[in-house]
Amino acid sequence: MSLLNRFRKGLEKTRNFISEGIRQLQVALGHYDEEMLDELEMLLVQADLGVPAATQVMDRVRAAIRSERNDREDFVHARLAAAVQEILGPKRELRLAPDRLNILLLVGVNGSGKTTTAGKLALRYGREGKRVLLAAADTFRAAAIEQLEVWSERSGAPMIRHATGADPAAVVFDAISAARARSADVLIVDTAGRLQTKQNLMAELAKIRRIIGREAPDALCQTLLTLDATTGQNALSQARLFSEAAEVNGLILTKLDGNSKGGIAVAVAWTLPEIPILLAGLGEGAEDLMDFDPEAFARSLLPEPRNG
Amino acid sequence: MALFESLTGRLQAITERMRGRTRVTEQDLKAMTREIRLALLEADVNYQVVRDLVADINERCAGMEVMESLTPGQQVVKYVHEAIVDLLSIGNNKLALSPSGFTVIMLYGLQGSGKTTMAAKLARHLKETGRRPLLTSVDVHRPAAALQLEILAQPLGVEVYSEPQNRDAVEIARNAVARARYLMRDVLIVDTAGRMTVDNELMDELKAIAAVVKPTQKLLIVDAMIGQEAVNIALAFDQAVGLDGYIMTKLDGDARGGAALSIAKMTGKPIKFIGTGERVEDIEAYDPERMASRILGMGDVLSLIEKASRHLDEKKAQQTLERLQKNQFSLQDMLEQFEQVQKMGSLRDLVGMIPGVNQKKLAETDVDDSIVDRNMAIIRSMTPRERENPKLLNASRRRRIALGSGTTVQQVNQLVNQYEQTARMMRSFTGGGSKRGRRRGRGGLPGMGGFPF
Ligand SMILES: Nc1nc2c(ncn2[C@@H]2O[C@H](COP(=O)(O)OP(=O)(O)OP(=O)(O)O)[C@@H](O)[C@H]2O)c(=O)[nH]1
Ligand SMILES: Nc1nc2c(ncn2[C@@H]2O[C@H](COP(=O)(O)OP(=O)(O)OP(=O)(O)O)[C@@H](O)[C@H]2O)c(=O)[nH]1
Ligand SMILES: [Mg+2]
Ligand SMILES: [Mg+2]
Repeated sequence: MSLLNRFRKGLEKTRNFISEGIRQLQVALGHYDEEMLDELEMLLVQADLGVPAATQVMDRVRAAIRSERNDREDFVHARLAAAVQEILGPKRELRLAPDRLNILLLVGVNGSGKTTTAGKLALRYGREGKRVLLAAADTFRAAAIEQLEVWSERSGAPMIRHATGADPAAVVFDAISAARARSADVLIVDTAGRLQTKQNLMAELAKIRRIIGREAPDALCQTLLTLDATTGQNALSQARLFSEAAEVNGLILTKLDGNSKGGIAVAVAWTLPEIPILLAGLGEGAEDLMDFDPEAFARSLLPEPRNG
Repeated sequence: MALFESLTGRLQAITERMRGRTRVTEQDLKAMTREIRLALLEADVNYQVVRDLVADINERCAGMEVMESLTPGQQVVKYVHEAIVDLLSIGNNKLALSPSGFTVIMLYGLQGSGKTTMAAKLARHLKETGRRPLLTSVDVHRPAAALQLEILAQPLGVEVYSEPQNRDAVEIARNAVARARYLMRDVLIVDTAGRMTVDNELMDELKAIAAVVKPTQKLLIVDAMIGQEAVNIALAFDQAVGLDGYIMTKLDGDARGGAALSIAKMTGKPIKFIGTGERVEDIEAYDPERMASRILGMGDVLSLIEKASRHLDEKKAQQTLERLQKNQFSLQDMLEQFEQVQKMGSLRDLVGMIPGVNQKKLAETDVDDSIVDRNMAIIRSMTPRERENPKLLNASRRRRIALGSGTTVQQVNQLVNQYEQTARMMRSFTGGGSKRGRRRGRGGLPGMGGFPF
């Protein structure tokens, strides 16, 4: 199966909601009127786009309807997908520097999927023939180290660990030395979950980021924020505050295989266009990680074109 | 402070336009309900629920007369708050324990919502109230799931039944019940694996587990940060295995938790507890009033006030109150209040505790502790007479004070303005010295510019 198809497949269970809603609009004679456009806007809000992003999408759709003098259903749907895709921006992939150490720092709120994504990434790069190292820098949560250890076994990537309760910065410090000694290509750092409003925990994260900069100035460090696709508007606060503390380079939208359409991604892209969405988590398995595809994502919000 | 994107704040502008009028017009109401709608959607209250609620508010407020004691904005907020508290007060917020003497509590929910942590928290709570709980993990999917529960439970002295090698969740569940009965425990808490309700396989597994353990209480664990989908998730779990109540976790952050309202409205089921941190002791009873304030972005003002009162010097507070009522609140009182605030810890952290506070703006705004220091220095540079009677503060005195405190005249002016505002606000809260009606004492924190509700 091609990657794009797997991406779509992962979204399949998700896609019915909005498309069902759209179907239920019973677009009269295949044309949209004002009232139905309002309903469409509300469907977007119900998909967690939030009012500002939903309004933005619909403004673009309405402008297109006016300028093209076309309110036919298929046209409106196409413009809707196009508007969502525009806001999400072009497809951007997580790129590694080929000639030096890459450090991927996984950050995010509690339970958003950092450890699982660390494991999935280790498997992905291991398969590509890269030397991968995992760092268990969540020394706080019960069994966090053991959880990552299972992923270390699954992916075959060795793991650097300290005892529970140890200073996470010290783990990172050791992991960087180990990465150098083994001339690793990729070092994946799993950090403890933290709510973005906790000042001391955010300061701890900033410190980890600083230590990486200091200890591995020649490495390419990318901070990746995991965002649970079921999250509502709080994701905006997450993206903002994690960026401030640890210079987020990209987002990973996890749990897209689940109940939610992940419309929050559009809200985040609209508010913080400088942070690209790079990857999507589509399950709990080691292989359930895909490059994020704005086009497939936008289309997944819409019903399949009607036959005939 | 433009920190609060609370409903009161949102309604402020509309209220300003209405100044002097005695009746809320249809147009005012329309503008207000628009703001209410936006505020609720921003809090992740489900769209359908928002729609119903707004219709309800519209009805309640139509043709409303403007009360003397409240601005129309405050009045509408009061209605909205009441309506939400009503919705959030459904059902029994206590855990139902089985009369047979053997209670089974089954926790379920989406991945990462906080089930395992909550299982340990509940065990701790039950043990403290004299029960003898047994925990079991039937999560065969997530790596190290059972170990996580064991580590959490170990310091509590609560045993965990698990079979790490067994991949059959239903079998473990069956054995756990037998074990609990054999050990003569009165409560069995079953921690299940996280699952999406669209995952048929895992939903079937959950049904099979439920059939074996026959739960007395089937509790959904929901993350406070969840979006619009919360209702469908709750309904799907209810349909599959039944739902007796729910627990909202991660309320220690700034998530508004609008899902609490949506789930209450759409399922009619009560909240049993709330989770407010990662440690096993971070479990609290649920309070509809606080939840309503939170959803409306008014912050958990009660918590703040509690925190404040723990550090407040009772006698001094009483004195201040008396002086307030006699309309004698002076800069000296304000200085004492600043001292009290300082004792409570960092101002920034306190304000940061308030959900709905725009954290970015907070970071940019100088809610800096140094402001408190600065203001204290300014007051300390005043003579006792000036502190008692700020009217004396003419331009040359202000220059002297600025010089003495190492500040600028502008900063002195700011402080005096803040004092006047605070004094006015305090008067309206206590009812003292003012013709306005008496309001319940849920005022703002003194000296911090005050919270609106
Ligand atoms: N369905 C689904 N589940 C996922 C996905 N990613 C992670 N999970 C599950 O979500 C739960 C939490 O994932 P973790 O990787 O432990 O999350 P975390 O961010 O490391 O959590 P903390 O370290 O506790 O903050 C686990 O049950 C994972 O199996 C995904 O893409 N899809
Ligand atoms: N800040 C905060 N974190 C919490 C709270 N409850 C749980 N957590 C954290 O959230 C993350 C997930 O909690 P778990 O108890 O592992 O969640 P779970 O539902 O058992 O996860 P799965 O079994 O993977 O589905 C962990 O990092 C917990 O420490 C809470 O009330 N506040
Ligand atoms: Mg983790
Ligand atoms: Mg668990």
